[in-house]
Amino acid sequence: MKGEGRDVHVRDEKYLSVAGLTKSFGGVAAVDALSLGVARGEILALLGPSGSGKTTTLRLLAGFEVPDAGTITVDGEDVTRTAPAARRFGMVFQHYALFPHLDVGQNVSFGLAASGEAAARRVREVLAMVDLAGYERRPVTALSGGQQQRVAVARSLAPEPRVLLLDEPLSNLDPSLRERTRRELRRAIKQVGITTVFVTHEQEEAFELGDRIAVLSAGHLEQVGTADELYDEPRTAFVAGFVGRAAALPGERVAGAVRAGARALVRPEAMRFVPLAGAALQGVVTERRFVGAQAYFTVDAGAGAVFDVQAPHGAVRVGERVGVAVDRVLFWDRTDAPTHGRTE
Amino acid sequence: MRTRRSWDLNGLALVLALAWLIVYPLVLVGVEATHADLGAFIASHAERAALWNSLWISVASVALAAGIGIPLAFVFERYDFPARRFLGALVALPAVLPPLVGVIAFLFLYGETGFVARGVRALLHLSHDPWRLQGPAAILLVHAYSMYVYFYLFTRAGLARLDASMLEAAASLGAGPWRTFRRVTLPLLAPSLWGAALLTFMTALASFSAPYVFGGSFRVMTTQIVATKLNGDLPTAMLETLALAVLAIAGFVVVQRNEGDRLTFSVGKGMAPRARRIAHPLARGAAAALGWTLALVLLLPHLTLVVVSLVPAGTWTTQAIPPAWSLGNYATLFGEAGRLRPLLNSLWMAAAATAAAVAVALVAAHLAVRRRVALRGAIETLLALPWAVPGTVVAIGLATLFSVDRPLAGRWVLVGTAAILPLAYLVRSLPLTGRSLLAGYRQLDPSLEEAAESLGAGPWRRLTRVTLPLLKPAIAAGASLAFVTALGDFVTSVLLYTYDTRPIAIEILASLRLADVGVAAAFGVVLMAVSAVALGVGAKAGAAAEAEAGQ
Repeated sequence: MKGEGRDVHVRDEKYLSVAGLTKSFGGVAAVDALSLGVARGEILALLGPSGSGKTTTLRLLAGFEVPDAGTITVDGEDVTRTAPAARRFGMVFQHYALFPHLDVGQNVSFGLAASGEAAARRVREVLAMVDLAGYERRPVTALSGGQQQRVAVARSLAPEPRVLLLDEPLSNLDPSLRERTRRELRRAIKQVGITTVFVTHEQEEAFELGDRIAVLSAGHLEQVGTADELYDEPRTAFVAGFVGRAAALPGERVAGAVRAGARALVRPEAMRFVPLAGAALQGVVTERRFVGAQAYFTVDAGAGAVFDVQAPHGAVRVGERVGVAVDRVLFWDRTDAPTHGRTE
Repeated sequence: MRTRRSWDLNGLALVLALAWLIVYPLVLVGVEATHADLGAFIASHAERAALWNSLWISVASVALAAGIGIPLAFVFERYDFPARRFLGALVALPAVLPPLVGVIAFLFLYGETGFVARGVRALLHLSHDPWRLQGPAAILLVHAYSMYVYFYLFTRAGLARLDASMLEAAASLGAGPWRTFRRVTLPLLAPSLWGAALLTFMTALASFSAPYVFGGSFRVMTTQIVATKLNGDLPTAMLETLALAVLAIAGFVVVQRNEGDRLTFSVGKGMAPRARRIAHPLARGAAAALGWTLALVLLLPHLTLVVVSLVPAGTWTTQAIPPAWSLGNYATLFGEAGRLRPLLNSLWMAAAATAAAVAVALVAAHLAVRRRVALRGAIETLLALPWAVPGTVVAIGLATLFSVDRPLAGRWVLVGTAAILPLAYLVRSLPLTGRSLLAGYRQLDPSLEEAAESLGAGPWRRLTRVTLPLLKPAIAAGASLAFVTALGDFVTSVLLYTYDTRPIAIEILASLRLADVGVAAAFGVVLMAVSAVALGVGAKAGAAAEAEAGQ
């Protein structure tokens, strides 16, 4: 088993796979018939708003919860009911869960079967990997948030786990630190080549850290794909609204009577202002939000149709009546499910 | 991996074991009480008087303790003056006096042949004792001295939690100091004050040492029960025990309900107001002088004990100051096997009871907090219940439960064996270790244990390497309190001890009866010193572990 998961080029489509995973708490399904596959060495992001079941999924993978139904397999071995201690999955907790009574070295060596010089060597190795060489004797409470996060990663990697799980790994860091840590974390994981699943509610984090992203909503898997796929070809209104901005417009206002009854999902950058005369879609600009060279203009077209248009920031004035043309419709949606705005 | 169901079964087993030790004895007392003549009990003037005395003494104790403790807390929390920190800690000192030791210290100090009375006699050339320290006044004096500490500590803690910005907000809305105090400070302090009132009421109601030594013909329920039992009227003693238990639990429920209503207020979080520095040099001097005088008054009982313990037997007759000094009493205490025995008895019984109470509380907290078993509410209630039950009731209950050999009914003869006192101490310790371990477990981030588990640690390694080290402050706090309570216990011991297992408190009383005052005081000093060391070790272990944790 040694050295397993280190070869990035082996594309075993389902090194870690989950089939029909279901877990309810008090009659409410937190995870509902979830099926997913993660390739060897791949980083998968579980992205969703709070309550979408992403943390429960991670805890099921780690073994802290036992599923009501479904299976979890790693490398062909069924671990659905294996105790967490026997699963050989590394886990990085949201608040790191570093043992406050042990120093950095003792924390990192906690999961090692070896002791003495062999353990010390491994501790040095993983600490060097996260740029904390020589920190062995420091108390963990004396470290900064970013350093604690790296110790938590080092600790979970030290016993050479088969799978690495991370619960909101960057949520406890300052925004300024987050971007850098994100890149370093990805570099460290890719260097080890370990199959990784992490949970986040921030799409930017999911896009930059994950190879693929699984979008969850209310315990269901909405869509799995790369960042480009999710953005350009969302399959549900939820994904369209959660990954990037999207507005749902009444079909007849976009393409005439042809699509009456359906909703067109449109991104702000796929719309532009046109002269009022003859425009099918008209409305009043109610707000302008400045985002650099471009701005988002909120347009109220009446009858509940409120949407953002991306345009150069001097394009129109607030209060002006404008015409809007739609260049590209993401997809036509016939369900009545409300679209989510982007959650920040 | 264990299933939910097997954890629930473990919870059930624990509930049954706790109910057997805590509830079953009370039920048996109730059953035995049915043999008593209820009509005669109600008609009896003595019984009604004892019940009434218990009640009003407890209420008066609350009022006195509040009257002393609350103003003291305000002074020490709000004003800065020389030696404030040192004196502030000293003010909590009466807590270190075990009940019976406190009582005999008062006897030596303010009793008819005590230091103060001797001084007054010598000063005024009186031929008789100037007063007798007896009856309700004497009991209330001891209660006020030992119980104001609850109000003092609770109020200070409440004031320290108070957010200064709330007081500033009140001031900016135009409220003067009095209105701010009445409308903001007092309501926010209410949970602390109710907590202190409850603690004081329950302690006063269960108080035995002071009424026993100073009561004379003035009986409260606790002393009434012991007297009736000594007279051999068991059914009536059972009825009295039941009455006291009902009174205690009723008081507990009433105050706790009020406290619950007000707990919603205690949401303040922020910076406590800074202590105001007293600037005027005269005022500073006066404050300091007042503080030192107060400290001296509070320390007098402790000093008295030390002084009396150094007086050789029979050398001190009518003088105001003892004429001779020696360590003879300590030599007697540690030199004679028969004298050393009670000390060793108390030490091992208290240690055994504390260890067992920590173990039970650890299991209970794990099941209730971490496993969230179905019966967690019952577990928490059972752990807290002995706190509401006076020691006298616990002792009578256990004496009843363990007086017959009926294994099928869960009863064995343990009365008269070495097991009964540690068992009684255990029951009395459970609320102390239970509360601190429940709180400790709640503060323990579950992901720490999960982290250990995901790193491959089995149950034993998780317990010894992660859970126990992290719970050290909670264990230290609960265990030191439990140990000190058991070590100084008098109220349950007096009903359950055997000659071979007699604890320190019983030996102190026996020495007093033999007019062996010096030895009694020496025992008191040793008890006080061991208690202080145990509490100090507990506080230090807690502080060290907290410092390690970084906050």
